[in-house]
Amino acid sequence: MSAKDNFSKVKHLYNRAGFGISYPELNKLSKKNISKVVDGLLEEPKKDYAITLVNDTESRRQMLVQSGLYAKKDLTDDEKKMRREIVQMQNKVSRDLNIAWVSKMINTESPLREKMTLFWHGHFACRNNNPMYAQQLNNIQRQHGLGSFRTLLVEVSKSPAMLQYLNNQQNKKGKPNENFARELMELFTLGRGNYTENDIKESARSFTGWSYDKDGAFIFRKTQHDDGTKTFFGKIGNFEGENIIDIILEKPETATFISKKVYKFFVNDNPNDAHIKELADHFYNSKYNISELMRKLFTSEWFYNPENVGTKIKSPAEFLIGLSREFFVTYNKPQVLIQLQSSLGQYLFNPPNVAGWPGGQNWIDSSSLMLRMRIPSLVLNDGEIDFSGKADPEDEAVIALSRIATTNANSNNKPKSYVNAQADWPKFLDTLPKGLSPLALTEFLLQPKLNDKITKMVSDNKGLRSTAVEITSMPEYQLC
Amino acid sequence: MNRRNFLRNTGFVAAGSLFVPAFMKPLEAMALDELSLYKNLVVVQLSGGNDGLNTVVPFGNDIYYQKRKNIAIKPEEVIKLNDMQSLNPNMQALQEIYDQGWMTIINDVGYPNPDRSHFRSMDIWQTGSDSNQFLSTGWIGRYLDSNCQTCKFPYTAIEVDDSLSLAMKGQTKKGIALKDPAALFRNTNDPFFKSMLQNDKEHLDEDNLGYLYKTMIETQSSASYIQNTSKIYKSQAVYPQSGFSNQLKTVSKFISSGLKTRVYYVSLSGFDTHVNQLNQQGNLLKQYSEGMSAFLKDLKSNNKLDDTLVVTFSEFGRRVEQNASNGTDHGTANNMFVFGGRLKKQGIFNAAPNLSDLDTGDLKYQLDFRQVYGTILDKWLDVNNADILNKKFNTLDFI
Repeated sequence: MSAKDNFSKVKHLYNRAGFGISYPELNKLSKKNISKVVDGLLEEPKKDYAITLVNDTESRRQMLVQSGLYAKKDLTDDEKKMRREIVQMQNKVSRDLNIAWVSKMINTESPLREKMTLFWHGHFACRNNNPMYAQQLNNIQRQHGLGSFRTLLVEVSKSPAMLQYLNNQQNKKGKPNENFARELMELFTLGRGNYTENDIKESARSFTGWSYDKDGAFIFRKTQHDDGTKTFFGKIGNFEGENIIDIILEKPETATFISKKVYKFFVNDNPNDAHIKELADHFYNSKYNISELMRKLFTSEWFYNPENVGTKIKSPAEFLIGLSREFFVTYNKPQVLIQLQSSLGQYLFNPPNVAGWPGGQNWIDSSSLMLRMRIPSLVLNDGEIDFSGKADPEDEAVIALSRIATTNANSNNKPKSYVNAQADWPKFLDTLPKGLSPLALTEFLLQPKLNDKITKMVSDNKGLRSTAVEITSMPEYQLC
Repeated sequence: MNRRNFLRNTGFVAAGSLFVPAFMKPLEAMALDELSLYKNLVVVQLSGGNDGLNTVVPFGNDIYYQKRKNIAIKPEEVIKLNDMQSLNPNMQALQEIYDQGWMTIINDVGYPNPDRSHFRSMDIWQTGSDSNQFLSTGWIGRYLDSNCQTCKFPYTAIEVDDSLSLAMKGQTKKGIALKDPAALFRNTNDPFFKSMLQNDKEHLDEDNLGYLYKTMIETQSSASYIQNTSKIYKSQAVYPQSGFSNQLKTVSKFISSGLKTRVYYVSLSGFDTHVNQLNQQGNLLKQYSEGMSAFLKDLKSNNKLDDTLVVTFSEFGRRVEQNASNGTDHGTANNMFVFGGRLKKQGIFNAAPNLSDLDTGDLKYQLDFRQVYGTILDKWLDVNNADILNKKFNTLDFI
């Protein structure tokens, strides 16, 4: 195999398994065998990698005050104010958590681990107003994202964020709430058509009593648990939640469902059944070891086939993080990252529903594409946005309150917002080999194969910097 | 920085002829005169969950006053519509509209197993799904997909906003979002943008790249069409000063200049009134009513009111009983408003909410929101609602 081939392969691998790659690293890794490079990606980082932005002690204190205030009937004005302030604080910390994760993805030395976290974030999609719970779930998805799928599934199912989001707190003996049981099978494991309504009913009974305490720790409430006999997929027993999960994992349909979702996220929007079967068999036989699944995928020859290279539409997260990583961007007002995510249709920690973001061509409409094509010049050249975006429905209460303050303010007079970001151009240019031509830079920055038009467009270019801004503003840069 | 340019220091000059393969033919080249009678739909979204009971006030019902000791609207303040229901006094501007027979109020619209999350319930209203079903396309988007007579144009559905709502996204076709037609026109005529579309034929077999280019070409064509059609029109009408009124003014300009768009989408947010509801909701209802009144009169004076149907919804109503903060919490069924010059049933469409028959403190719905959508799809947009809503819904007689 030629060195150039390996260069392209590693570049493709890092675009899909991570958020792109710098020129020197690409150069270095291209000298290695692909399977060694994959090993490197799968290696555990030595450092602690959890997000620790949200202070658990402080959050618990607030939650305690909050639940006290909610239980009280007539609140004094001070108490009402306090309750409002706690909610405002939580909203602020939630936004900070979002930014902390985005920054982590931009700066990480474990790109595959963060990419897997992003994958599971969409797979086990969840919204929670409590930033401590949201951080906890995110850390579970990171910690177990490359480990055992069973452990991941159990941990996610026991997390306060998910228990609350899918109403398992209300799932009690005699009064089952089927929300969690339904999504567990429909969206998290088996997929539609692989279970019956009766399986949902019986498994919901098995999850009764799965709950969390006031400190946000999982607790099995025996008194709320239905310990009668259940029939689940033809098996009869006094099942509890983990038994249900084990029975679900015994079914190869679960391996197929997860492999297909992984394939669509990492390889191609259009599933290839033969390739998915290879992955699913391997995943099932490895007892649901996620690292094994990913190793199989990244070392498969078909992963590097032309139809799978430079043909996927980047998600907004992949687009923003890849751009920021490539050019060492500093955001002086990191809030803008939230505005950009929201305008592009992927506000992390806020999926549209439990099914996650639909992805693929769903990311693109005329306004989101126009914005995507403008963002590189805004971020890299510190331009201006004349784009205010839409309010998130969950922010409506905040808007309702701030409206009072600004009733008379004319919305047309609001100042233009600047992205207020800086690319570290000297650092970026320094990563490039001496004498690199604009055309070679283009080839490096774009994943789709270059065509005559682009070749012609950049061939007269003088500077690398202006070339980089142009290239990243092209529709081709939207693909990876 | 010159915002008209995508890039600073761009060195490109647009030159040469535009080569596009047949399937991406610019829209300007298509015949546009196929339609004679043009019917428009305007969807108005009130985000945050508008409190329907303080909007259309059941002043004739004692239970309302018992449950809302601090925030009920007093009988002497309301705008009476009949012996039971009335409008919030902040909706004065709509009284004339109501009296003209241009407004219908549909009470108690909802769906089975309602969801109280803003996000999820909005999702359900925008996609037209069941409450346990997740759809990635919106109801108007699927209308665009349905190959209706006009649906081949991306400007068939326009949202006057920066970003496109899920309601407007179909599987293969999507509406277009724009706040300012001139700005979009400038952006799509930027030399860099245009240069990207030149001599572009090599990679069109590739699905996703082809899709990106197709979207760019459609955006450019739509922007030119919208700008060139609407720029000549000068509105004489006076609108109140508000963001919401500006959206409606833009819609009116598009309708009155004869744009071949069938669906417009606008929204007003801030209705999540958990705390001190009276002033907050009052301000918003005033903005809404004054904007709508100016808009409808503007359409009337341009002879477009008969061809326009406006429908207003919110993702849920609020609980019947007020909370301890002089506000209301998330509830279920809610009223919808329909406006137009050719309403079949004017005024109040169905019985007022029954406040003595509640579902754990919440209103029970009388009509599924998809019956309202279904009626609009069948009778106004001329498609079979079962094709769009995945099952057939009985239609109503408001149009």
